[in-house]
Amino acid sequence: MKTTFLEFEQPIAELEQRIEELRYVADDSAVDISEEIQRLTKRSQTLTKDIYGKLTPWQVAQVARHAQRPYTLDYVQMLFTHFEELHGDRAFADDASIVGGLARFGNAPCVVIGHQKGRDTKEKILRNFGMPKPEGYRKALRLMKLAEKFSLPVFTFVDTPGAYPGIDAEERGQSEAIGRNLFEMARLRTPIIVSVIGEGGSGGALAIAVGDVVLMLQYATYSVISPEGCASILWRSADQAPEAADVLGITAGRLKTLGLIDKIVPEPLGGAHRDPQATAQALRKALAEALKQLQEKKPKELVEQRLERVMAYGKFKEAAER
Amino acid sequence: MSWLQKLLPPKIQRTGPGMRKTVPEGLWTKCAACDAVLYSTDLEKNLNVCPKCGHHERLGARPRLDALLDADGRFEIGAEVLPVDTLKFKDSRRYTERLGEAQEQTAESDALVVMQGSIKALGVVCAAFEFDFMGGSMGSVVGERFVRGVRVAIEQKLPYVCVTASGGARMQEGLLSLVQMAKTTAALTDLAERRLPFISVLTDPTMGGVSASFAMIGDVVIAEPKALIGFAGPRVIEQTVRQKLPEGFQRAEFLLEKGAIDMIVDRRQLRDKLHGILSLLQGQSADNVA
Repeated sequence: MKTTFLEFEQPIAELEQRIEELRYVADDSAVDISEEIQRLTKRSQTLTKDIYGKLTPWQVAQVARHAQRPYTLDYVQMLFTHFEELHGDRAFADDASIVGGLARFGNAPCVVIGHQKGRDTKEKILRNFGMPKPEGYRKALRLMKLAEKFSLPVFTFVDTPGAYPGIDAEERGQSEAIGRNLFEMARLRTPIIVSVIGEGGSGGALAIAVGDVVLMLQYATYSVISPEGCASILWRSADQAPEAADVLGITAGRLKTLGLIDKIVPEPLGGAHRDPQATAQALRKALAEALKQLQEKKPKELVEQRLERVMAYGKFKEAAER
Repeated sequence: MSWLQKLLPPKIQRTGPGMRKTVPEGLWTKCAACDAVLYSTDLEKNLNVCPKCGHHERLGARPRLDALLDADGRFEIGAEVLPVDTLKFKDSRRYTERLGEAQEQTAESDALVVMQGSIKALGVVCAAFEFDFMGGSMGSVVGERFVRGVRVAIEQKLPYVCVTASGGARMQEGLLSLVQMAKTTAALTDLAERRLPFISVLTDPTMGGVSASFAMIGDVVIAEPKALIGFAGPRVIEQTVRQKLPEGFQRAEFLLEKGAIDMIVDRRQLRDKLHGILSLLQGQSADNVA
């Protein structure tokens, strides 16, 4: 598949195009231009390294939303075997913007749950652009309960612009569905390993992101509100989204410093979509480590530590006794 | 205008900025709903409910606690927890400036006030949101105070009541405020484990990160008449679905009809109602609560 380049990657795009053209003529050229191709390829890599070495948070957000970025089902295919997708919340519908089911990670049976975006227009609509409705969260909860019942670890993959802001979603209790998940995940008696793989959009992300270990891909984002949303409220214009992205602290590095995620999983040069297999490899390693560490713990200990961790969230100061 | 006022549709913005504060003693005020001209002190005595049409004007955290709790034996919880600007957040203004202004305007240090006390001699821990403090938004301090309230409730074997009035999570604290949703809700599991009741009272407005966490997880969920309650704001929904929202959408009556809440209670009856419900719930588990 041909790589789609983002706006800030245009210099790389131009180089790559020249390389492509040279390759095309190289086939029937009398002169050997492979050396030139090699030189340009190297330059393209250096350029990518340069650009990716100093991405702004807003640029990271673009990479996180890249149209070619691997989605949950891509990772399911690369990281798991024997995937049996399970459908529906048993009350209203099956929400295609959250997928889930039974699978094996290595040899270990487990439950996988994740937001799912679509690739083409048709699938995007089917998946509602990865924005779940209450039935999606309730399906996720049903699968988590299933995991608890059969002592299976839960792997969740976070990649959503946010919970769907729609009339029907409100009518069926979007707030309650998210709140209920937060409540149940706090004490689920089985390991929960969270990976933020793309966009971690607010409450809609958090509803499947309370866990024992929270991993985050290098160019994923995780935020209380989208930079555009924040900008349109605080600056009264979505044009200020880059500034909002700066101040919101949405990148993996920033969140690691704040202690809100545990580990940053490195992505290949130019982002996960440049080499999905390599990304999956890095993620596999991190997931395996996390699982090994958690499997040794008894459910009681696991829940205690999870609660302790969640209760420690927040930054404030304490005045002397008043 | 504060950021939350900008966000809210004109309908739910505070009518006449600082109606209760800037109006000199003895002046008349106009009801936002029926335009009736009311004597300010009468309105206050009536808990900011219009005596003519029953419109529930917002009520601050402390008057709220005054209205619900017995006058004696109250202790504030978590007042020592104070906000910090971890992200060094700045839009058109600094977060620290906004905090300072809110503190000056409301005389509160953050948007949640928690007290241990009693409702008609029935012991309780009660938390109330101060909407005038940055739109009652939930940041680290709100989360921590909420949790400290839960801890006291557990130590003293008391039920927990929370009265919400909030636009949602506090953007100025970034993801630190989002995870307060997980923190406050996780604290409720501790109450539940000990079979102590949690009653959630939703007032106008209860939105976003507050409604999508602990507020909807009450053993009993009560709302005030016509309170705006929901996950996404009406304007965001309108922009997304590109159609006009139905009449009364996201109002308490709408939620009752959809099965999202247990009941709508007039503010003037709330104290009696809470006492009644708590007695029933605790009667059931009398052997545990002792």
